Amino acid sequence: MKELTIDATVENIATVTDFIDEQLEQRGCPMKTKMQVHIAIDELFGNIAYYAYNPEIGIATVRVEVTDNPLAVVITFIDNGIPYDPLAKADPDITLSAEERNVGGLGIYMVKKTMDDISYEYKDGQNILRIKKKF
Amino acid sequence: MIITKKKDGTSLTLVLEGRLDTMTAPRLESDLRSSIDGIEKLVLDFASLEYISSAGLRILLSTQKIMNKQGSMVIRNVNEDVMDIFDITGFADILTIE
Repeated sequence: MKELTIDATVENIATVTDFIDEQLEQRGCPMKTKMQVHIAIDELFGNIAYYAYNPEIGIATVRVEVTDNPLAVVITFIDNGIPYDPLAKADPDITLSAEERNVGGLGIYMVKKTMDDISYEYKDGQNILRIKKKF
Repeated sequence: MIITKKKDGTSLTLVLEGRLDTMTAPRLESDLRSSIDGIEKLVLDFASLEYISSAGLRILLSTQKIMNKQGSMVIRNVNEDVMDIFDITGFADILTIE
Protein backbone atom coordinates (compact mmCIF):
# COMPACT_ATOMS: atom_id res chain seq x y z
CA MET A 1 0.00 0.00 0.00
CA LYS A 2 1.18 3.50 -0.82
CA GLU A 3 0.05 6.69 0.83
CA LEU A 4 0.22 10.36 -0.07
CA THR A 5 -0.67 13.22 2.26
CA ILE A 6 -1.05 16.53 0.53
CA ASP A 7 -2.87 19.88 0.61
CA ALA A 8 -6.42 19.39 -0.60
CA THR A 9 -6.36 21.83 -3.50
CA VAL A 10 -7.66 21.67 -7.06
CA GLU A 11 -4.07 22.06 -8.29
CA ASN A 12 -3.13 18.84 -6.47
CA ILE A 13 -5.66 16.71 -8.36
CA ALA A 14 -2.89 16.23 -10.94
CA THR A 15 -0.39 15.22 -8.24
CA VAL A 16 -2.81 12.62 -6.85
CA THR A 17 -3.54 11.32 -10.36
CA ASP A 18 0.19 10.88 -11.09
CA PHE A 19 0.65 9.12 -7.73
CA ILE A 20 -2.16 6.64 -8.47
CA ASP A 21 -1.04 6.18 -12.09
CA GLU A 22 2.33 4.96 -10.96
CA GLN A 23 0.64 2.06 -9.15
CA LEU A 24 -1.77 1.35 -12.01
CA GLU A 25 0.94 1.29 -14.64
CA GLN A 26 3.09 -1.15 -12.66
CA ARG A 27 0.20 -3.60 -12.81
CA GLY A 28 -0.75 -3.05 -16.45
CA CYS A 29 -4.08 -1.36 -15.83
CA PRO A 30 -6.13 -1.09 -19.07
CA MET A 31 -6.53 2.42 -20.54
CA LYS A 32 -10.29 2.52 -20.09
CA THR A 33 -10.08 1.58 -16.40
CA LYS A 34 -7.36 4.15 -15.92
CA MET A 35 -9.51 6.87 -17.43
CA GLN A 36 -12.46 5.96 -15.21
CA VAL A 37 -10.17 6.08 -12.17
CA HIS A 38 -8.91 9.50 -13.32
CA ILE A 39 -12.46 10.81 -13.44
CA ALA A 40 -13.16 9.37 -9.98
CA ILE A 41 -10.06 11.14 -8.60
CA ASP A 42 -11.15 14.39 -10.24
CA GLU A 43 -14.61 14.12 -8.67
CA LEU A 44 -13.63 12.90 -5.22
CA PHE A 45 -10.41 14.82 -4.56
CA GLY A 46 -11.99 17.84 -6.24
CA ASN A 47 -14.91 17.64 -3.78
CA ILE A 48 -12.51 17.56 -0.83
CA ALA A 49 -10.60 20.52 -2.27
CA TYR A 50 -13.78 22.56 -2.72
CA TYR A 51 -15.83 21.68 0.32
CA ALA A 52 -14.03 19.85 3.14
CA TYR A 53 -12.22 22.82 4.66
CA ASN A 54 -13.80 25.75 2.84
CA PRO A 55 -12.64 28.52 3.04
CA GLU A 56 -9.43 27.20 4.61
CA ILE A 57 -6.99 24.81 2.97
CA GLY A 58 -6.61 21.50 4.75
CA ILE A 59 -4.83 18.26 4.03
CA ALA A 60 -6.04 14.99 2.64
CA THR A 61 -4.53 11.53 2.56
CA VAL A 62 -4.86 9.23 -0.41
CA ARG A 63 -4.07 5.53 -0.06
CA VAL A 64 -3.76 3.18 -2.99
CA GLU A 65 -3.48 -0.54 -3.12
CA VAL A 66 -3.63 -2.97 -6.02
CA THR A 67 -5.10 -6.27 -4.85
CA ASP A 68 -4.91 -9.70 -6.48
CA ASN A 69 -7.87 -12.04 -6.85
CA PRO A 70 -9.57 -10.15 -8.23
CA LEU A 71 -7.01 -7.79 -9.70
CA ALA A 72 -8.34 -4.43 -8.61
CA VAL A 73 -7.29 -1.02 -7.40
CA VAL A 74 -8.57 0.22 -4.05
CA ILE A 75 -8.24 3.95 -3.39
CA THR A 76 -9.08 5.57 -0.05
CA PHE A 77 -9.57 9.32 0.35
CA ILE A 78 -9.31 10.64 3.91
CA ASP A 79 -9.87 14.17 5.15
CA ASN A 80 -10.51 15.84 8.51
CA GLY A 81 -12.98 18.36 7.15
CA ILE A 82 -16.68 18.77 7.80
CA PRO A 83 -18.52 15.43 7.90
CA TYR A 84 -19.95 14.75 4.48
CA ASP A 85 -21.40 11.52 3.14
CA PRO A 86 -21.65 11.86 -0.65
CA LEU A 87 -23.50 8.54 -0.85
CA ALA A 88 -26.38 9.89 1.25
CA LYS A 89 -27.46 12.12 -1.62
CA ALA A 90 -30.20 10.90 -3.97
CA ASP A 91 -29.09 10.11 -7.51
CA PRO A 92 -29.86 12.86 -10.01
CA ASP A 93 -32.76 12.37 -12.42
CA ILE A 94 -30.90 11.80 -15.66
CA THR A 95 -34.05 11.72 -17.79
CA LEU A 96 -34.92 15.42 -17.45
CA SER A 97 -34.58 17.88 -20.34
CA ALA A 98 -31.70 20.37 -20.50
CA GLU A 99 -33.92 23.15 -19.14
CA GLU A 100 -35.05 21.09 -16.15
CA ARG A 101 -31.67 19.69 -15.25
CA ASN A 102 -28.98 20.86 -12.96
CA VAL A 103 -25.75 19.01 -12.41
CA GLY A 104 -25.75 18.66 -8.64
CA GLY A 105 -24.69 15.17 -7.62
CA LEU A 106 -23.61 14.22 -11.12
CA GLY A 107 -19.96 13.70 -10.19
CA ILE A 108 -20.59 11.20 -7.43
CA TYR A 109 -23.21 9.52 -9.63
CA MET A 110 -20.59 8.97 -12.35
CA VAL A 111 -18.23 7.50 -9.77
CA LYS A 112 -20.95 5.15 -8.47
CA LYS A 113 -21.72 3.99 -12.02
CA THR A 114 -18.13 3.41 -13.13
CA MET A 115 -16.52 1.95 -9.99
CA ASP A 116 -17.24 -1.59 -8.77
CA ASP A 117 -17.59 -0.56 -5.16
CA ILE A 118 -17.81 2.65 -3.16
CA SER A 119 -18.15 3.07 0.59
CA TYR A 120 -18.11 5.91 3.09
CA GLU A 121 -17.59 6.12 6.82
CA TYR A 122 -17.00 8.91 9.29
CA LYS A 123 -14.62 7.77 11.96
CA ASP A 124 -12.43 9.58 14.51
CA GLY A 125 -13.20 12.93 12.94
CA GLN A 126 -12.33 11.71 9.44
CA ASN A 127 -14.28 11.33 6.23
CA ILE A 128 -13.14 8.04 4.75
CA LEU A 129 -14.27 7.34 1.21
CA ARG A 130 -13.14 4.16 -0.52
CA ILE A 131 -13.52 3.11 -4.12
CA LYS A 132 -12.66 -0.16 -5.80
CA LYS A 133 -12.26 -0.83 -9.49
CA LYS A 134 -11.45 -4.19 -11.04
CA PHE A 135 -8.98 -4.24 -13.94
CA MET B 1 -6.22 21.32 -22.17
CA ILE B 2 -5.76 23.28 -25.40
CA ILE B 3 -8.71 25.25 -26.79
CA THR B 4 -8.62 26.39 -30.41
CA LYS B 5 -11.28 28.85 -31.57
CA LYS B 6 -12.48 29.42 -35.12
CA LYS B 7 -15.07 32.08 -35.77
CA ASP B 8 -16.91 32.53 -39.05
CA GLY B 9 -19.64 35.19 -38.87
CA THR B 10 -22.17 33.90 -36.37
CA SER B 11 -20.62 30.41 -36.29
CA LEU B 12 -18.07 29.47 -33.68
CA THR B 13 -16.09 26.25 -33.48
CA LEU B 14 -14.10 25.26 -30.42
CA VAL B 15 -11.65 22.39 -30.72
CA LEU B 16 -10.80 20.90 -27.34
CA GLU B 17 -7.66 18.90 -26.80
CA GLY B 18 -6.83 17.04 -23.58
CA ARG B 19 -8.92 16.70 -20.44
CA LEU B 20 -12.01 18.67 -19.53
CA ASP B 21 -11.98 18.37 -15.75
CA THR B 22 -12.06 20.35 -12.51
CA MET B 23 -8.77 22.06 -13.31
CA THR B 24 -9.45 22.99 -16.93
CA ALA B 25 -13.23 23.55 -16.98
CA PRO B 26 -13.05 27.15 -15.68
CA ARG B 27 -10.92 28.06 -18.71
CA LEU B 28 -13.49 26.73 -21.15
CA GLU B 29 -16.20 28.52 -19.22
CA SER B 30 -14.50 31.91 -19.44
CA ASP B 31 -13.58 31.31 -23.09
CA LEU B 32 -17.20 30.59 -23.91
CA ARG B 33 -18.52 33.44 -21.84
CA SER B 34 -16.36 35.94 -23.70
CA SER B 35 -17.16 34.66 -27.19
CA ILE B 36 -20.70 33.27 -27.26
CA ASP B 37 -22.55 36.60 -27.62
CA GLY B 38 -24.30 36.76 -31.00
CA ILE B 39 -23.28 33.21 -31.93
CA GLU B 40 -26.05 31.24 -33.64
CA LYS B 41 -24.17 28.06 -34.34
CA LEU B 42 -21.74 26.65 -31.80
CA VAL B 43 -19.68 23.58 -32.69
CA LEU B 44 -17.60 21.77 -30.09
CA ASP B 45 -15.06 19.42 -31.64
CA PHE B 46 -14.14 16.62 -29.22
CA ALA B 47 -11.88 14.60 -31.56
CA SER B 48 -8.89 15.10 -29.26
CA LEU B 49 -10.76 15.23 -25.96
CA GLU B 50 -9.54 12.45 -23.67
CA TYR B 51 -12.20 12.64 -21.01
CA ILE B 52 -14.75 14.78 -19.30
CA SER B 53 -15.69 14.96 -15.62
CA SER B 54 -18.77 16.54 -14.04
CA ALA B 55 -17.07 19.95 -14.02
CA GLY B 56 -17.06 19.77 -17.83
CA LEU B 57 -20.62 18.44 -18.00
CA ARG B 58 -21.79 21.40 -15.94
CA ILE B 59 -20.43 23.80 -18.60
CA LEU B 60 -21.89 21.79 -21.48
CA LEU B 61 -25.30 21.97 -19.80
CA SER B 62 -25.19 25.71 -19.12
CA THR B 63 -23.91 26.37 -22.65
CA GLN B 64 -26.63 24.15 -24.14
CA LYS B 65 -29.24 26.20 -22.26
CA ILE B 66 -27.81 29.45 -23.67
CA MET B 67 -27.65 28.06 -27.22
CA ASN B 68 -31.23 26.73 -26.98
CA LYS B 69 -32.24 30.40 -26.77
CA GLN B 70 -29.96 31.89 -29.41
CA GLY B 71 -29.30 29.14 -31.94
CA SER B 72 -27.88 25.63 -31.92
CA MET B 73 -25.03 23.68 -30.38
CA VAL B 74 -23.48 20.58 -31.88
CA ILE B 75 -20.81 18.29 -30.48
CA ARG B 76 -18.67 16.52 -33.06
CA ASN B 77 -16.22 13.62 -33.10
CA VAL B 78 -17.06 12.25 -29.66
CA ASN B 79 -14.84 9.29 -28.82
CA GLU B 80 -16.16 6.09 -27.27
CA ASP B 81 -15.00 6.89 -23.73
CA VAL B 82 -16.61 10.33 -23.67
CA MET B 83 -19.75 8.85 -25.27
CA ASP B 84 -19.92 6.35 -22.40
CA ILE B 85 -19.97 9.25 -19.96
CA PHE B 86 -22.72 10.99 -21.95
CA ASP B 87 -24.73 7.73 -21.87
CA ILE B 88 -24.24 7.13 -18.14
CA THR B 89 -25.29 10.66 -17.21
CA GLY B 90 -28.18 11.00 -19.67
CA PHE B 91 -26.33 13.80 -21.46
CA ALA B 92 -26.59 11.81 -24.70
CA ASP B 93 -30.29 12.76 -24.69
CA ILE B 94 -29.92 16.49 -24.11
CA LEU B 95 -26.95 17.22 -26.36
CA THR B 96 -26.83 17.14 -30.14
CA ILE B 97 -24.02 14.76 -31.00
CA GLU B 98 -22.97 14.31 -34.63
